[in-house]
Amino acid sequence: MRRLGAVDELAATYDLAIVGAGPAGLSAAVTAGQFGLSVLLVDEKTAPGGQIYHGIAASPLKRGSILGPDYWSGAALVEGFAAADVDYLAGAMVWQLDQDRHLYIGADGKSRRIAAQAVILATGAQERPFPIEGWTRPGVMGVGAAQMLLKSSGLIAEGRVVLVGAGPLLWLFAAQMIAAGSPPSAILSTAATPSLGRLIPLLPSFLASAYARKGLSLVQRVRRASRLVSSVTDLRIETGESGLKIAYRAGGQAERIFEAEHVLLHQGVVPNLNLIRSAGCTIAWDDAQACWHPIADDWGASSVEGIAVAGDGAGIQGAETAARRGRLAALDAACRLGRIDGAARDRAGAEDIAAIGKDAKARRLLDVLYRPTAAFRMGSPKALVCRCEEVTGERIRQVVRETKAVGPNQLKTYLRCGMGPCQGRFCALTVNEIIAEERGISPGKIEPMRVRPPIKPITVAEFAALDL
Amino acid sequence: MFKRLSEASGRVLSFTFDGQPLEGREGDSLAAALLAGGVGVFRTTVPSDASRGPYCLMGVCFDCLVEVDGVANRQACMIPLREGMCVTPQRRARQLGE
Ligand code: FES
Repeated sequence: MRRLGAVDELAATYDLAIVGAGPAGLSAAVTAGQFGLSVLLVDEKTAPGGQIYHGIAASPLKRGSILGPDYWSGAALVEGFAAADVDYLAGAMVWQLDQDRHLYIGADGKSRRIAAQAVILATGAQERPFPIEGWTRPGVMGVGAAQMLLKSSGLIAEGRVVLVGAGPLLWLFAAQMIAAGSPPSAILSTAATPSLGRLIPLLPSFLASAYARKGLSLVQRVRRASRLVSSVTDLRIETGESGLKIAYRAGGQAERIFEAEHVLLHQGVVPNLNLIRSAGCTIAWDDAQACWHPIADDWGASSVEGIAVAGDGAGIQGAETAARRGRLAALDAACRLGRIDGAARDRAGAEDIAAIGKDAKARRLLDVLYRPTAAFRMGSPKALVCRCEEVTGERIRQVVRETKAVGPNQLKTYLRCGMGPCQGRFCALTVNEIIAEERGISPGKIEPMRVRPPIKPITVAEFAALDL
Repeated sequence: MFKRLSEASGRVLSFTFDGQPLEGREGDSLAAALLAGGVGVFRTTVPSDASRGPYCLMGVCFDCLVEVDGVANRQACMIPLREGMCVTPQRRARQLGE
């Protein structure tokens, strides 16, 4: 791997450009490099690993101690990448990708446009929004955010820390807090209890998988070391004397209040679709995971010629599948660019395709178990759904009723939601579901919020200096 | 508040936030260094001047926006801390004459 110091060092064209240095992007780069393709990997972080293996090459924490073996298993991937014959530009953002596969890349206040014959978007996941009243107050953060601080900086939230929500990451982080000697003060679980009838058919595949082996012991460890409150609803965060106050009901009982310095929220992760959407890739609504994902074939090929998607950005399937999907997308690129024929591609990818299918079956139970309820996905009426423009769920509903706005692109005109600094990254999913509910149709029937470049803030000077 | 685990190491880097001297470690994002230094409020919102701090730390929410060495709208969670950075909070909408 050659680490480029600035956008000036980029070649004008590459056979393959990969965006994102998580498991999918890294394995795509390693595979493509083996076929002699000229490869560029661009990533916004300063070191490879993505969110899941964030900071792995330079984590201040010692191996094996707090973060656990799954985290450190990413080291092999990063080492393989270090040995690969590819260009790597870190700390850079791709702020536009057009259908002719021009990438507009900015780093350190300077941008360049380059071209690629094939593109793989491995943009990963983001935490699902958790719109409850008060979730915009400083001190409230995503569980994934708090975990990022631990991985890269060895920082852990101090004082009374309350974890709220549901999902595998919440349990994992609770276990890491315990291992770091700062267990959470309480875990308020919002997990719904799906009927046994729905779970039983999914159990055999799950129990035969590593998810069961690792997950069950993790949950037990956390349960032993921290206070768990189940069936939590009616959440609200207010300012308290020494920080925050979180109000909730458990099992429908009277409201209780818990004082805390930090409230960490989590209800799963969803694909990060901004670049994928702005490139024009078609997306579809996935009801099981209650989110959108790009339409793609087994090799990750999207609806746009020459642009593939891989990893959790292509649909949430976890780190192992992400690495496999990265490999498949690279094999397909090698095939499209004439390095191997279709039969060789199919042979090389067969094992990965089979393993992905098996893993997806095992994960179905997790999707059912941790699918947030509609009430939590759409949030409480007074919660700010659009954090940037400060628009509540109740206001969105009112305007949809009054104006008959058919989707988020119309709603923008009335409420500006999706037009603040985050450009709808965070609120789009929630807004979409609220409008769908008001109109009594499936979210998949609504045209999602359009995404327009530049998808990252750049200065006018940087834009003007672009050599086109 | 956040505490740094004792096993965490890394070279100390100095910077300022709103004129106050602070220290972070090499490898910190600017957001991590600010949080470690006890800063909770990074910006105030355009519509109502409400206080905000980082929520996602992965480049999604834009509630970590600050001004770095005179350039506004920088995502503190996405940029690495550098020695001598001059950081200021980003307040409400820009006013005429600012
Ligand atoms: S904390 Fe969300 S974008 Fe930086």
